[in-house]
Amino acid sequence: MNHLLTTEGLERETLENLLTDADEFAEVLTRPIPKVPALRGKTVATMFFEPSTRTRMSFEKAAKALSADTMSFSPGTSSLSKGESLKDTALTVHAMGVDLMVVRHGATGTPWRLAEWLDIPIVNGGDGAHQHPTQALLDCLTIKQRFGSLDGLEIAIVGDIKHSRVARSDMFAMATLGANVTLVAPPTLLPVDTTRWPAATSTDLDAVMEKMDVVYLLRVQTERGGGSVFPSLPEYTNRYGMTSARFARLKPDAVVMHPGPMNRGVEIGHDVADYERALVLQQVTNGVAARMAVLFALLGGDSDV
Amino acid sequence: MFDIVISGGSVLTRTGIEQIDVGIADGFIAALGSGLEGSEMIDASGAWVGPGLVDLHTHLREPGEEWKEDIATGTAAAAAGGYTAVVAMPNTVPAIDNAQIAFYVSERARRIGYADVFPAGAITMGRLGEHMAHIDELWDAGVRIFTDDGTSLDNAAVLRLAMDYIANLGGVVAQHAVDSTLSAHGCMHEGTVSSRLGMYGIPSEAEEIVIARDLALVRLTGVRYHVQHVSTARGVELVAAAKADGLPVTCEVTPHHLTFDHNDVETTDPDFKMMPPLRSETDREALREGVRDGVIDIVATDHAPHAAREKEVPFEHAPNGVTGLEWAASVAVETIGDDMARFFEALSMTPASIGQIPAHGLALAADQPAHLVVFDPVAEWTPETTRSRSRNAPYLGTQRTGSVRATLLSGKITYEAGS
Repeated sequence: MNHLLTTEGLERETLENLLTDADEFAEVLTRPIPKVPALRGKTVATMFFEPSTRTRMSFEKAAKALSADTMSFSPGTSSLSKGESLKDTALTVHAMGVDLMVVRHGATGTPWRLAEWLDIPIVNGGDGAHQHPTQALLDCLTIKQRFGSLDGLEIAIVGDIKHSRVARSDMFAMATLGANVTLVAPPTLLPVDTTRWPAATSTDLDAVMEKMDVVYLLRVQTERGGGSVFPSLPEYTNRYGMTSARFARLKPDAVVMHPGPMNRGVEIGHDVADYERALVLQQVTNGVAARMAVLFALLGGDSDV
Repeated sequence: MFDIVISGGSVLTRTGIEQIDVGIADGFIAALGSGLEGSEMIDASGAWVGPGLVDLHTHLREPGEEWKEDIATGTAAAAAGGYTAVVAMPNTVPAIDNAQIAFYVSERARRIGYADVFPAGAITMGRLGEHMAHIDELWDAGVRIFTDDGTSLDNAAVLRLAMDYIANLGGVVAQHAVDSTLSAHGCMHEGTVSSRLGMYGIPSEAEEIVIARDLALVRLTGVRYHVQHVSTARGVELVAAAKADGLPVTCEVTPHHLTFDHNDVETTDPDFKMMPPLRSETDREALREGVRDGVIDIVATDHAPHAAREKEVPFEHAPNGVTGLEWAASVAVETIGDDMARFFEALSMTPASIGQIPAHGLALAADQPAHLVVFDPVAEWTPETTRSRSRNAPYLGTQRTGSVRATLLSGKITYEAGS
């Protein structure tokens, strides 16, 4: 593995090795001194062309826990506003001495462009509505810790599938790991053509949710897309929200997940997020461990991943 | 003794294809015959000799965006592609919405001498879709094609009045048929690939809707109407049905829509970004079939240069367009095959006739200006360099069939292979 750009087409073995490493790093993070010297002397740059606080913090924490140095780039304070091309920005930061770049960008394919221009590993930290592979790893890790395996699990991903990089990354990774994935959304928020996707689709949450082991709720992205994609937020909640009433109908050991940030009272009930079977904060914690596994796999050298 | 003799080729004459020599003197075709002697000889053995190619859809970027292309580099690329005449699109800065700019463009090209340039005029002032451009003035300056290319003229009322006006003059309304509301945010064809990449798509219906609406207005106004860069199978069907109804309708297809489809966008390489977008495999096959059977009248390049730095950005942020003048003839012959008459019809004669371009696109005969191309339909080559100022073309580095040996404008060699 030279880069981590997408979960689509990743081998099951690669995913499982990353999850095994991530599980070990999760244990490291519980130690009194949650730090190992694995990447001492390496520099990780986070190139976040799209504003994001939590994902950047998670990557920085992961790099520091592996004793790597970190640098960060954000467009607000950069030469991009002076008209520099993306390629020149990437070459400039690379020339400072960077061993790996984490790239987040609002446009699909940007991490691939950087991988083409630079000879260092690139980690996709989210590109447009396309991919967010470390999110998929942390989600799969969270599910694996809870259920032992993803094999045969019924997983529903609910919400704005069309504009969600989380849905795309999670679907491919979960399917590769043996889960049966169903994408649930209003008809306007399903992609127009999912015929070659390893997932079923539904527009009716109530019809499919009772068999689910995992219900993964997506944030209603009011900032994306524009236009009127569903009638109103209350109507969305009535059909697709994980209210406490719906939660009560789930299988007794089913869990609810959310990538954050949550709109409490919209896609997830006000109190549902705080239930023991809502794994939202475990996902966040696992994010650091999963990203440690990725950085270690790409920079560790002695890894068999 | 002629100035130049093109010898040994298959020549497209008014009476058919003949194996004869073409003798050129004082910028004109002086003789068609055998064993002609010239002070300069061009070997056309194994090659097609016909009227210089005519492109109905070129973006020369001058005035206003000379970092992408200018009239000198654009017409040099045209000559290298076998073209002797191009129609310059009016989406320059400022737009070609008045006679002064139209005159500047054609006159500058005349002084440079690589190809004759016939500017198209904007339909509306500034291409803003509101007020009629200086259509009379443009007409008097020689403009025959009117288009707001780069954007669709969406306002049916504005379009209807412009059609009435242009119909009365005898001009052509050419439409960039992409509905602006359905294509808002979109950067590629809406389908399996856009779904997977998570990119906003442009449904085929964005093209169909505009063509269907415009055809109703053509019926109303009687204007000659030309669909630019048709990209969908249904778009071709609409044009075919309109022709069957006897409406004065023509259409063009670009080389890139004949070669590529939306699967190529998987790479997210911005050189595959253009408007209209690369459509499905089915659409591409329908376009290829349309060129062969003539429902699609012509191949037009939509040569759209952009500087490297403008394309060194993510796909969604990149400007639309690819360059095409230097390999359009290759793509045409790859599509049409060895039908020499259809080749010249689609790349020279019909474009000249649609654009009412004088002295170009004529089967060869004595005493007409020597605007000629010598084209080897089977030579294999790989474009590596370009005479355009820009290199935004996925064709670079790919093997092509059919290459230009020489191009002559008024008897002057504007391009010769290997020189």
